Amino acid sequence: MGAGRCVAAVVAIVLVCGLSCASAAANEREEKHGSVPDADDVQRGRSDAEIGPGEPEVVAGTLPPPAKDQFKEELVVKPLLSGDIYSSFQFQTRWDADFFVPGKKVSHYRLFPKSMGQLMSKFSVRELHVSFTQGFWRTMQWGQPYLPAPPGAELWVWFQDTVTDVDGAWKELTNVLSGIFCASLNFIDSTNTVQPTASFKPLGVGNVTDQRFLRYTVLPREIVCTENLTPWKKLLPCGSKAGLAVLMKSEKLFHSSFLSLAVHIRPICQDSDCKVTAWEMRQTVNVVFDLHTTGQGKREWSLFKMFSRTLTEACPLASSSKVYVDVTDNPQGELFELNPAAPSLAQAVVLGDRRHYAVYDLMAPGTFGSLRTLNILLRWKTPDTADMLRPLLHGERYVAGYGLQTGEIHTLLYNNHPYRAFPALLLETVPWYLRLYIHTLTVSSKDHENKPSYIHYQPSKDRLRPHLLEMLIQLPPNSVTEVTVQFERALLKWTEYTPDPNHGFYVGSSVISALVPSVVAMDTNNTKDRPLFGTFFPCKEESSYFVRVYTEPLLVNLPTPDFSMPYNVICLTCTVVAVGYGSLYNLLTRTFQVEEPSPGLVKRLANMIRYLRGVPLL
Amino acid sequence: MPVDWLVKTMQSRGLEVFTQSFSRTLPFPDENKERYMVHGTNVYGILRAPRAPRTEALVLSAPCSPGNSNNQAVGLLLGLAQYFRGQIFWAKDIIFLVNEHDLIGMQAWLEGYHHTNTTGMNWSPLQGRGGSIQAALSLELSSDVITSLDLVLEGLNGQLPNLDLANLFYAFCQKIGVLCTIQGKLQRNDWDSAAGYSQALQTMLLMVLKQASGRPWGDHGLFLRYHIEAASIHGINSFRQYKTDLTTIGKLLEGMFRKLNNLLERLHQSYFFYLLPSLSRFVSIGYYMPAFSLLAAILLLRALDLWVQLGSVVQGMEDGGVEEEEQVRAALVSPTIMVHKVITPDRAMYIAPIFIHRCVCVCVCVCVCIYIYIYIYIYIYIYIYI
Repeated sequence: MGAGRCVAAVVAIVLVCGLSCASAAANEREEKHGSVPDADDVQRGRSDAEIGPGEPEVVAGTLPPPAKDQFKEELVVKPLLSGDIYSSFQFQTRWDADFFVPGKKVSHYRLFPKSMGQLMSKFSVRELHVSFTQGFWRTMQWGQPYLPAPPGAELWVWFQDTVTDVDGAWKELTNVLSGIFCASLNFIDSTNTVQPTASFKPLGVGNVTDQRFLRYTVLPREIVCTENLTPWKKLLPCGSKAGLAVLMKSEKLFHSSFLSLAVHIRPICQDSDCKVTAWEMRQTVNVVFDLHTTGQGKREWSLFKMFSRTLTEACPLASSSKVYVDVTDNPQGELFELNPAAPSLAQAVVLGDRRHYAVYDLMAPGTFGSLRTLNILLRWKTPDTADMLRPLLHGERYVAGYGLQTGEIHTLLYNNHPYRAFPALLLETVPWYLRLYIHTLTVSSKDHENKPSYIHYQPSKDRLRPHLLEMLIQLPPNSVTEVTVQFERALLKWTEYTPDPNHGFYVGSSVISALVPSVVAMDTNNTKDRPLFGTFFPCKEESSYFVRVYTEPLLVNLPTPDFSMPYNVICLTCTVVAVGYGSLYNLLTRTFQVEEPSPGLVKRLANMIRYLRGVPLL
Repeated sequence: MPVDWLVKTMQSRGLEVFTQSFSRTLPFPDENKERYMVHGTNVYGILRAPRAPRTEALVLSAPCSPGNSNNQAVGLLLGLAQYFRGQIFWAKDIIFLVNEHDLIGMQAWLEGYHHTNTTGMNWSPLQGRGGSIQAALSLELSSDVITSLDLVLEGLNGQLPNLDLANLFYAFCQKIGVLCTIQGKLQRNDWDSAAGYSQALQTMLLMVLKQASGRPWGDHGLFLRYHIEAASIHGINSFRQYKTDLTTIGKLLEGMFRKLNNLLERLHQSYFFYLLPSLSRFVSIGYYMPAFSLLAAILLLRALDLWVQLGSVVQGMEDGGVEEEEQVRAALVSPTIMVHKVITPDRAMYIAPIFIHRCVCVCVCVCVCIYIYIYIYIYIYIYIYI
């Protein structure tokens, strides 16, 4: 018996050693393959999806290499003409995996977050764009953003063409996203979802253009707070512990004029041949700090002043980690002083303009200096400001008229180019309780009627779907185009009012998309190594660049009934019934009885004593 | 009006500045300058709220009147603009408006903002907006130290802002310790005495007279038609020893604006129709309307009287020599019995015209009475809900 036990123990020890050796060898091989980012990895193209579920995975020496994934992080700091400062973070995770090979499930996740990957494969999502924004982007003061976003929450998704029930998938997807980001995206339903036909074409590769697979919604009332930032940061490979994400602390980020968090997932080309696609997930934060509220009126900005943190190291999992500072207006350092001095300079054509950047590479050894921190400081020498390139496309929207019955929505599109006209696509989504009168739709530029070349209108159905109006309008040069449509406010059922009906009801932002003529030739080669902030919108031609402008959301008051009336009616009816019925009942059923006269004093005393004794009274 | 200086100063304080020019042909020449055409420019700067995307706005306006009548208000406005610009808690855009020619400029600005044309004025379109305006305050200050602040509520056609706005002003006056008046009368602490009662009565009657005149008693009066709660604050400098300086008024206004900023809904909880005998007491429509309906009830009583007399006419014609008291008794008895009595044809020729005349009088009185009630009801309904 003792011998049997010894043999069993020896066998167990041998097995354990063998297993641990095999796994150590596998780890070594994995590390070796994963850390060498060179071109033949791309050509290998094998992925974890090719490992079937039935094959044994731990076989020492024949482990297939894991899919190639890559993480890049980037921060662009751009001083704006109004004295504010604009910081844009972009975190790109690129993964050469295929979620949609039939029969094979992706199960090994390294840099790409598992929650998003499972979402993509479960709901067969081709492209996903979700953004949460607080504040409104001031185009006339700040120029164009690198990544535009409307106030509130915006979500638009392209599904694969293999999906049979898009509405069902959309409903489940919004609920899952609402859980992932701790946001109230579960308020998305058919009353605020539309299918735009022309405005939201896919930003990734592929040629799916049937708009039955596109869903777009915007929730203007959604508020962004720390609860949305925390799960967003968790999707990053390094979290908020290393790299550029250490700067994202909520107490400073929310003390800004504009903050936008976004996640964009789309398929991109792996290389210039574009035979194989890879998945790209971009997480972006755009934040604008105000000169007067955060800067206390002094025009001096640094990473510590903006974020109350400095950079200490790059993310170890990143293949590239850079900070760009826009120094186009400061070629010889006469406008502001940059400290520490820029180690290298780069140029890029972004938003139709050639800009110069000072580049700080966080993976280079000398960047962090002797104190092992990097705090980039910009100090202005003169109060003069340079001339801003006036934004060529700009939009505004307001409600005209007064009263609680009718109104008119005016959308103004400004084309500030001195001599070029270009077409702009306007998308308006109006909730069903503002009944639009489309026969009153007028589009006029410079007091002449301007007929749109393409109009797509889908009327609303009460409590089912909103109005959708898409128009392609040619904007004449240096002009304002005004689109007006009259509406009538509906009276809702008394249970459909929110607890604060006198606050008003929101109408989401309109979207204006246009290809704006560019001053400088744009670069159409999408796979060249360029900074991330210039490559979000794909560039198909050299003479123009894509711009999307969002107008402000509207707040309209609907006629509200007197909510105290149900209470008043209940009180009145109950009183009338009680008084009327009560008195009638008394009249009919009350009988009168003769009462004995009250007894004398002696008898009363006797009764009291008898009562105390517990004996029946006289 | 120094338009360029205002534009430059507001821009240096970090506001987005816009101007609007307007012109109006007056039907009669105005009293000072004998002119028929009024031209002017309004200047306004918008403080964009960090916390909200341009959906709601508050307005602080100071009319730019000629001469010395309002020469300190713009200074206070600009000082407040600079202070407000550095705060992070604003959730509604604040529009600082300086309007020219008082009411004409204010009406031009409001019409431009809401893109309506109710008075036939020419105005240039506004370029910058802040969303829907929730509340407005108009400032009039002629001296840099004041002894008291006067609140003016009466607007166009006698419309009043929500009582909550008056309560807000009074609450801040008490908190900061500034003397406040209404109808130019100071608040006293013995309202139950005879003198107190007479002052309360005078204040209330003055308010009634001001509302009855129909004209707005401050620039705020034009906002009320657009369902924007607005009030005017006048600074009064009289011969008193204790003076309040501009900093304290600034604190009061800042407090009011912070409260208005924190509002979730438009002001609608309190009364829209009220009379103020003092700043701490009010008479709501539920109290003063029955007095007016009693006046209208006189018509009803007259109608009843005529109807009752119908019966006595018929009775009198029936038996020629009936006595006085029988006539009265017959009149008191239900006239329907009289009407159903058979009237002989020849007497009908005499009775019919008087009968018809009395019937018509009754009908007219009753109709007028009902009409007055319906009119009052609709008037109130429209002013509250539209």
